[in-house]
Amino acid sequence: MLGQQDVCPVCGRNRERVGNVALLDVENLHVSFRTSDGIVRAVRGVSFHVDPGQTLGIVGESGSGKSVATQTIMGLTRGAEVSGRALFDGTDLITMKPEQMQAVRGAKVGMIFQDPLSSLHPFYRVGWQIVEMIRLHDHEMSKQQAHQRAVELLTLVGIPQADRRVDDFPHQFSGGMRQRAMIAMAMALNPALLIADEPTTALDVTVQAQVLQVINRLQQEFGTAVILITHDLGVIADVADDVVVMYGGAVMEQADRLEIFRANHHPYTEGLLMSLPAHGSERKRLRSIPGQPPSPINLPPGCPFAPRCAYVMDRCRKEAPPLAPAGEDTEHLSACWLPRDKATRDGLRRKVLGQALPAGAEA
Amino acid sequence: MNAENVAQPENVAQPENVTQPASAPAGGDVLLKVENLVKYFPVKTGKLIQGTREFVHAVDGVSLEVRRGETLGLVGETGCGKSTVARCVARLYDLTAGRVIFEGDDLSTLSARKMRPYRREIQMIFQDPYGSLNPRRRVGSIIGDPFAIHKIASGADRKRRVQHLMELVGLNPEHFNRFPAEFSGGQRQRIGVARALAFTPKLIICDEPVSALDVSIQAQIINLLADLQSELGLTYIFIAHDLSVVRHVSNSVAVMYLGKVVEQAPVEQLWAHPRHPYTDALLSAVPIPDPERTGQRDRIILVGDVPSPVNPPSGCRFHPRCPKARQACVDTEPELEPRLGDPDAHPAACLFPVADGEDISKSRPTLGAEQRVIETGLVGGS
Repeated sequence: MLGQQDVCPVCGRNRERVGNVALLDVENLHVSFRTSDGIVRAVRGVSFHVDPGQTLGIVGESGSGKSVATQTIMGLTRGAEVSGRALFDGTDLITMKPEQMQAVRGAKVGMIFQDPLSSLHPFYRVGWQIVEMIRLHDHEMSKQQAHQRAVELLTLVGIPQADRRVDDFPHQFSGGMRQRAMIAMAMALNPALLIADEPTTALDVTVQAQVLQVINRLQQEFGTAVILITHDLGVIADVADDVVVMYGGAVMEQADRLEIFRANHHPYTEGLLMSLPAHGSERKRLRSIPGQPPSPINLPPGCPFAPRCAYVMDRCRKEAPPLAPAGEDTEHLSACWLPRDKATRDGLRRKVLGQALPAGAEA
Repeated sequence: MNAENVAQPENVAQPENVTQPASAPAGGDVLLKVENLVKYFPVKTGKLIQGTREFVHAVDGVSLEVRRGETLGLVGETGCGKSTVARCVARLYDLTAGRVIFEGDDLSTLSARKMRPYRREIQMIFQDPYGSLNPRRRVGSIIGDPFAIHKIASGADRKRRVQHLMELVGLNPEHFNRFPAEFSGGQRQRIGVARALAFTPKLIICDEPVSALDVSIQAQIINLLADLQSELGLTYIFIAHDLSVVRHVSNSVAVMYLGKVVEQAPVEQLWAHPRHPYTDALLSAVPIPDPERTGQRDRIILVGDVPSPVNPPSGCRFHPRCPKARQACVDTEPELEPRLGDPDAHPAACLFPVADGEDISKSRPTLGAEQRVIETGLVGGS
């Protein structure tokens, strides 16, 4: 599995890692949909990997392809044209037969979605839904055992009086409790990987803190790897080990958390961080990214971010830059033509940030 | 329009703050004053024969002041009543009790017809730029609606005014005849802003105006609102659950919990010296987009969920979740008043306020276990 190729054909990165093998290795994933308006190229050549026990954060705006990429890996995008590879524990999830996929989905890979109300069936009791999930994959387990397990799981995620609440209907749970029930269900079979797609976006900050704490605790207890998809850079700063920044269906930058926040290379990452309200006391004008994300049907020919980029050059409009190491650190990748040595990049940054800030006008 | 002399309904008596005469001209800087605002919504209990009607105590005695040209931030969790306060101020809801005083005039009891001139002065911007625009009408006619309703301008004059508004909010005036579906989320929110600006109102209530937008677009709209405020001298009530946004735009902030204001202060004062444990927890729960700083602090994680507003807890409504709760918190309801020698502008409703530098993440309540059973109930969306 490892050692067939030493260098990844897409990103040029050395794939040999010391001592551990990636749990999930996605390579050059393309996903497109045929619609009446044209072909939607939702994901265009995305590669990333998740190591056991690690948290990978995927950030991006709506339409960046972050959800489609993970849903495709789990075989949840019907009718899409897919190419590429997604090796999970050595087997390719993309070419897997639907029956085999069912054994992986839920059992080895758990999933949580943004909206916990529509992910739970309103007609069935919460406990019943967890029991069904367990018994679908574990035929040995009796109903009573599965019910007992459901109570344990709900206790684990911090539902008070779980033995009583297990027979509640989803509408009797609050938003945070529903999301915790979803986590309980996703963790029921002790999966190796948990995919959480905007798990806290619909929740209040106080409840968000509770839910992130639960995910973190479970991860430490069971060594689960987590893919956390979010648009909230605060959440990323909190929990992610590695970060993938997506835009227009492609990976713009990929690095560990500190690099993304401290030494980012791609102007889109910089723009995202700059458009957040500062946490200092001064109240400056926010430096927004002008314009809006590109349409996935009609993508610009070169770099997808070129029309909104403050550093844009002629080359960016013609040729899409490859994802390549941004400096000496080969784990930090950026898809940008800007110079890769830190001093020149910082010089440019000062020049662009110093000049009159662009007005918030839309293109 | 001297409606403030109309006798006030006294049916729901509120003990505090009934002293000021209604007709005192607001004068000075205060544009809007909300006094003891109460709003209950009836709910079905299912007991048809006994017929005991229950109420959602959505807003239960809220007093606020907004100064001209400033921004008041209103924060709190889902279901705390912040949107209800906004809708009562705009008189989209009738008040159960209390008063809304706008430029010295009491709006709380005005009839729909007498209210009409004030509607030009108080406008709203809503959260969902998809739901708040009629998809079958052209943008020009949506923005022109206020002129039509108030019979101000018609024909070419209306079109000229609408196009001026579109330019003002950064939309291309040539898109006058487009449908909302042809615009992106950020542009739709601009349409909502343009519509609210039709009569250069004095007060704009922004109810989660940027929550549905992506980060980069969010910054565009926040900048637009700031520009309009300085150009047109607008006053905002800004409701948001994103505290970093509220901190960025507001002059002062009121924190709400279960229908009550638990703390209010100028923005930096609130962040530097949160007194109410709920404020402290809320502020500490906000993830900071800076990996070096997130590791340094202890996050206060509240237990449980917001209780049902149908039967709010006794005493301090926050006591079932409060890490500092004691028996007194169950028995007595704390007044909203300055604590620990804070200035008058910074009242907090807590018997055991958080001192500067105190870390309540390790505090444990000294209540019997039976009193800490967390009631959970479904709370409506905000």
